[in-house]
Amino acid sequence: MSALQVEKLDARHGLLQAVRAVSFAVEKGQTLALVGANGAGKTTLLRAIAGAHPLHSGRVLLDGVDLGQARAHERTKRGVALVPEGRRLFAGMTVEDNLKLAGGVGRPGPWSIESVLETFPNLQPRRKALAGSLSGGEQQAAAIGRALMTNPEVLLLDEVSLGLSPLAVERVYASLQMLMRSGVTVILVEQDLKRALSVADQVICMLEGRFVAEGKAADMTREEVTAAYFGLHRAAPEAGAAS
Amino acid sequence: MILVNQIIQGVLLGGYYALIACGLSFMFGVMRIINLAHGALAILAAFALFVLADSYGLSPFVALLIVLPAMAAIGWLLQRGVLERSQRGGVLTPILSTFGLAIVIENLLFQRFGADTRSLAPYVDTLSYDSWSVTDDISIGKLAVLILIAAIVELGGLQLLLAKTQIGRAIRATAEDADTAGLVGVDARFVKAAATAIAMVTVGIAGAALALRATFDPYAGPMQLIFAFEATVIGGAGSLWGTLVGGVVLGVAQSLGAQVSPQGFFLAGHAVFLAVILIRVFAGETIRAKLPRFRRRPI
Repeated sequence: MSALQVEKLDARHGLLQAVRAVSFAVEKGQTLALVGANGAGKTTLLRAIAGAHPLHSGRVLLDGVDLGQARAHERTKRGVALVPEGRRLFAGMTVEDNLKLAGGVGRPGPWSIESVLETFPNLQPRRKALAGSLSGGEQQAAAIGRALMTNPEVLLLDEVSLGLSPLAVERVYASLQMLMRSGVTVILVEQDLKRALSVADQVICMLEGRFVAEGKAADMTREEVTAAYFGLHRAAPEAGAAS
Repeated sequence: MILVNQIIQGVLLGGYYALIACGLSFMFGVMRIINLAHGALAILAAFALFVLADSYGLSPFVALLIVLPAMAAIGWLLQRGVLERSQRGGVLTPILSTFGLAIVIENLLFQRFGADTRSLAPYVDTLSYDSWSVTDDISIGKLAVLILIAAIVELGGLQLLLAKTQIGRAIRATAEDADTAGLVGVDARFVKAAATAIAMVTVGIAGAALALRATFDPYAGPMQLIFAFEATVIGGAGSLWGTLVGGVVLGVAQSLGAQVSPQGFFLAGHAVFLAVILIRVFAGETIRAKLPRFRRRPI
């Protein structure tokens, strides 16, 4: 059974149709990379799955169970966690308090402050620091750690490398690959095509709210994805119905 | 020696102002709402205590065990029924809504109790006027000390709640970014209702302090709101310990002003409030840049 299934999901910003009836499924323990230019609808899709953006129509199923109109905090408790674009840590709270907060309201599971700090060792000396004082890479690690503290079944990562130095990106991805190997199901929004293709099992390219290319990462070339990215190649021109 | 006595009395009076300002500051810090019904709600609690003491013979301190949970329930309903809905209408709507609520509470109290002033002092034996004589010129009222201790305990308790407990972390997170708080599993609606309930408990305690130390009537709320507002602004809106400092500064200013002339009591308090506002407007950035301790931080 798929860990997460999305059926004909449609999401709007007022009159603008940001996501147009897309469908896909991610198997347990797999990593799906969502790529596409700015404004393609990737962030809206992730936020809709996480319950932070209202669905206009369609369904999101976790382990085959329809999440219905469950709000963001209810979805988190059921196993869907989003690391939002821009990290959005609680800047006035310490790293430890950010982690404790998520651990206290999330699901029971294997993740603890200690295991998060083990996964992201650069956070260890910054444990008592205010989240607002962290570097970009440390903030990204803390934001992912905060999501892990809810013990998610599906982890949604929005623009992981955005605004980070190359070294910070390396560090975050090294930890992420450890996570992916541990069996967490991941949906990753990433602008860096090379990196997305290197870590994902499955890749979907979005353009104007639709899926324009999709397939196994191993079967797709960077050129194919780049062509879809710029709208030069449309694999699924009508509503991007996949899997 | 008279000056020392006035300062001591001012500090003790500041304890009451900190108590009444605490809920206002907490609600502003957490929900960014200026609750104009704050004073009227304190008077409502005072009347509830009065009824329990006068009609049912309960000690006001025992009656608090009934009134404080009732105030918490009122806070919950206030958030869910009025504030949550009015916040969707923009920044001004909650201010207007709480202003309207204050008028409703005041007129309902007037309808039920009339314009007579009341006090809880007769129901606490000699506590309201008992004092310790330090010197011939200085005496310290026992009730005033009790109120100052209550303010310190209440503010310290709230600070501990915010810093050390899960609900405290949830309140701070919701105050900072309710949308993201939802994404980490915090039910922001529940947290805001809980925070308003906590704020109303502090309002209930402030109402009790007012009723024990002075007289009150259905229309006494606006004056308490002004004192609470001044103490909150002087101490820094949203800062709990700042509220205690604000209350003490206001109390000392009023006490010293009263020494100059009877009207000086109010004038001096308002003058300090105005001075603080002007300093913040014209020199706030400079002060914050030179003294990092005064930089704005979330609650």
